Amino acid sequence: METVISLSRRRLLKMGAGALIVRFTLGQPSGDPTKPLDPSEVDSFLVIHSDGTVTIYTSKVDVGTGLATAFRQTAAEELGIPVELFTVIEGDTALTPDHGGTGGSSGIPRGAADIRRAAATAREALLDLAAQQLKRPASELTIAAGVVTHPSGRRITVASLIGGKRLGLKVNPNAPLKNPSTYTVVGQPILRADVPGKCTAKHPYLQDFTLPGMLHGRVVRPPAIGAKLLSVDENSVRGIPDIRVILIESFLGIVAKDEWAAVRAAREIKATWSDWAGLPGSQGLDSYVREAPVDRDQSIANRGDVNAALSSAAKQLSATYFWPFQSHASLGPSCAVAEAKESGTTIWSATQNPYGLRANLAKVFGISQDKVRVIYMDGSGSYGTNGADDAAADALLLSRAAGQPVRVQWMRQDEHGWDPKGPAQLHLLRGALDASGNISAWETQMWVPDGPQGNRALLGPESAAMPQTHGQGAGLMTQNLDPPYAVPNLRVVSHHLKGTPLRLSNLRAPGKVANVFAVESFADELAAAARMDPVAFRLRGLTDPRGIEVLKRTAGMLDWQTRLSPNPYAAEGDLLIGRGIAYVRYKQAENYVAIGLTVAVHKATGKITVRRIVCAHDCGLVVNPDGLRNQVEGNILQTLGRALHEEVIFDQSRVTSVDWVGYPILTFPEAPAVQVALIDRPDEPSYGAGEASSAPVAAALANAIFDATGVRLRRVPFTAERVKAAFANA
Amino acid sequence: MPQYKFRVNGGPVTVDSWDPDQPLFYILRNTLALHGAKFGCGLGQCGACTVLVDGKAVRSCITPIKQVAGRAVTTLEGLGTSEKPHALQSAFITEQAAQCGYCTNGMIMSAHAVLTKTPHPTVEQIKQGLAGNLCRCGTHTRILSAVLREVSRLAKV
Repeated sequence: METVISLSRRRLLKMGAGALIVRFTLGQPSGDPTKPLDPSEVDSFLVIHSDGTVTIYTSKVDVGTGLATAFRQTAAEELGIPVELFTVIEGDTALTPDHGGTGGSSGIPRGAADIRRAAATAREALLDLAAQQLKRPASELTIAAGVVTHPSGRRITVASLIGGKRLGLKVNPNAPLKNPSTYTVVGQPILRADVPGKCTAKHPYLQDFTLPGMLHGRVVRPPAIGAKLLSVDENSVRGIPDIRVILIESFLGIVAKDEWAAVRAAREIKATWSDWAGLPGSQGLDSYVREAPVDRDQSIANRGDVNAALSSAAKQLSATYFWPFQSHASLGPSCAVAEAKESGTTIWSATQNPYGLRANLAKVFGISQDKVRVIYMDGSGSYGTNGADDAAADALLLSRAAGQPVRVQWMRQDEHGWDPKGPAQLHLLRGALDASGNISAWETQMWVPDGPQGNRALLGPESAAMPQTHGQGAGLMTQNLDPPYAVPNLRVVSHHLKGTPLRLSNLRAPGKVANVFAVESFADELAAAARMDPVAFRLRGLTDPRGIEVLKRTAGMLDWQTRLSPNPYAAEGDLLIGRGIAYVRYKQAENYVAIGLTVAVHKATGKITVRRIVCAHDCGLVVNPDGLRNQVEGNILQTLGRALHEEVIFDQSRVTSVDWVGYPILTFPEAPAVQVALIDRPDEPSYGAGEASSAPVAAALANAIFDATGVRLRRVPFTAERVKAAFANA
Repeated sequence: MPQYKFRVNGGPVTVDSWDPDQPLFYILRNTLALHGAKFGCGLGQCGACTVLVDGKAVRSCITPIKQVAGRAVTTLEGLGTSEKPHALQSAFITEQAAQCGYCTNGMIMSAHAVLTKTPHPTVEQIKQGLAGNLCRCGTHTRILSAVLREVSRLAKV
């Protein structure tokens, strides 16, 4: 980072005496053409400098999750160098090895594991180098605090052994790893390096990034998703100074030196568009999803004879659940800066997948990949693929057209209206109980609009009629459709629809949030039918001791009284009080999480108040307990908002919920106290924790509402109107 | 071009704006290179752009520059620095009350305004005071803890 005193601005502003404008120019890191990027090389991940500091290079990015701090701890632990000496460079295709994008909670189990192996390989090499220097066997040496020491007192610093030089080594997948019982850095609540800057406006965000000669760009999206641009009246923006209108087929953009000029021009320009009304509308979307043409059926599980077990059962139950389209609803709209030059194109972006974005942009724009550099910078939290990649394409289109660097920041209606969405999901569940109240059969069917895999079409290039693929991947939607409980006869089928009304992408815990809502609500319905306490019913079907432990811990934190639901002691004046619980083994293979909560439902207004949430969380070895808690609390509160409020509303032409009134999220007065119990298992592998605790929230809430009111809500969001309507129908 | 004189973080400034309705937000970020205020909605709905004008929390994204003339603006930079943070900023750092940090500016500025008006607020008063500030990462409990930390510090001084 270099500090530039901008004299021209200083003069322009006629600042008072002593006032000084200091502008931070976050130029490209100087880079080093000799630095390897191959993920099989240690030097690709780690550089030890001559002053003893260490830089970690990774394609995984920290979108506010604390991942970079976990990387620093992991590398510091294996290398024996103080964690304060580590910095992280994330997601720069000219500097960082490509070991995957950021998503699916893979940052810790795969990202940190790669860095750990590179650091372990480096430690072995450093011990060998030190052995030569100190003339003592490597097996007698240890590294701590950045110093290699022999019991005789001989010592040498790591910096003087290797500082500034390359190790030139392949990552050894079998390099000996430190025993977790000796850890001193991993497992500690190390403070995040980014937080002080975020609290004092010093942290460099993508939104703050500028280049010399940079223009501000805005894109005018069509009033209907498939509308074509027919004409533009440039006179309509004649009064706005120094703007240029950029037209490429149906792509309509504005660039201007002054950002406010670009904003006003994009808002005021008069354009005529063709009519288009190709959407089903969000009203009655559940029926649409159930009846739309199916592309393929996917069998997830099939054992025993479900039909026979259902027809011979003592009790049979079926229920339909619906989860709407939801938005990432990033607090800051997506942003990007692009500089298209003959010599090469550079994109600054908050994308979660810099290498993926580079490959896609290179393909769509017909540029060789080695002529495109994508540099990640922190933006507003993304929770999956929000509009970041689309904004990058917008900026590149505008920069190429304008011949200057262009910064695009979407407006609020662009992000809410046009970010790719998490898909709607419809679940039909059937279950049977035997005479002793055990689950004898279970069937889950899901209908989900998720089209072909592959890159989703970028908005700008689509308007500009550039050829591209039209994938609609939304992540691994089918995990956790099966119950985590013992069921002798089980059938799980996913019906993938041929198309989707809205563009899709991965949204935090893709599919799993809705799947666990359906599965764990239905488990509660079965418990009620079996005349059993919901915790006792679940424990009967669980054999995994880690699952049993989180369920028991959560029930304990909530002072769970063993009894049937609904709550026989519910009334507190106009408020009905209840408790609910839900459990998940995330992806049926990773974290164990149980969430319990207490709720008050107003009899007359239907308003839901969550009073308290508790969570027991087991993700194996905990790298940073404070960072983990922060993430788990965040998952829980974000998903509480998704369950209470969030639904993308659209008509036949476009998304109409395009601000925080039309698409509300959780607010401060609604946020309850959250208590998290972490179960640390140093001898077990770490799973990522960026998603798992989202999954049980909606079911725990629905189960608590049932406990309070006797009414079962099967459609998200649980707005006060929906609750009132459910009361009326009860 | 019309000029507007006001104070920012204690010092006088004079800025040009071709449009008297240009929001203060763009002047702060683009003319004065003060990046504390963040663009969230441009509609006054989310609070990410909050600054203090004469000590009161306002949404800089919907405050026209013409209304700021002659007044005193405080941004996040004006409270304190990373090296010498304001006590409220320190409380946020100690509680690690951020994930992406995009809402943090608004949370700190709004909380500052709450504590200026009500130095000994109840939990409910803090929550109501931050009701217009959205956080998408779900760091509400930590933000509340940070403000409460500052409340208890103020109670001791």
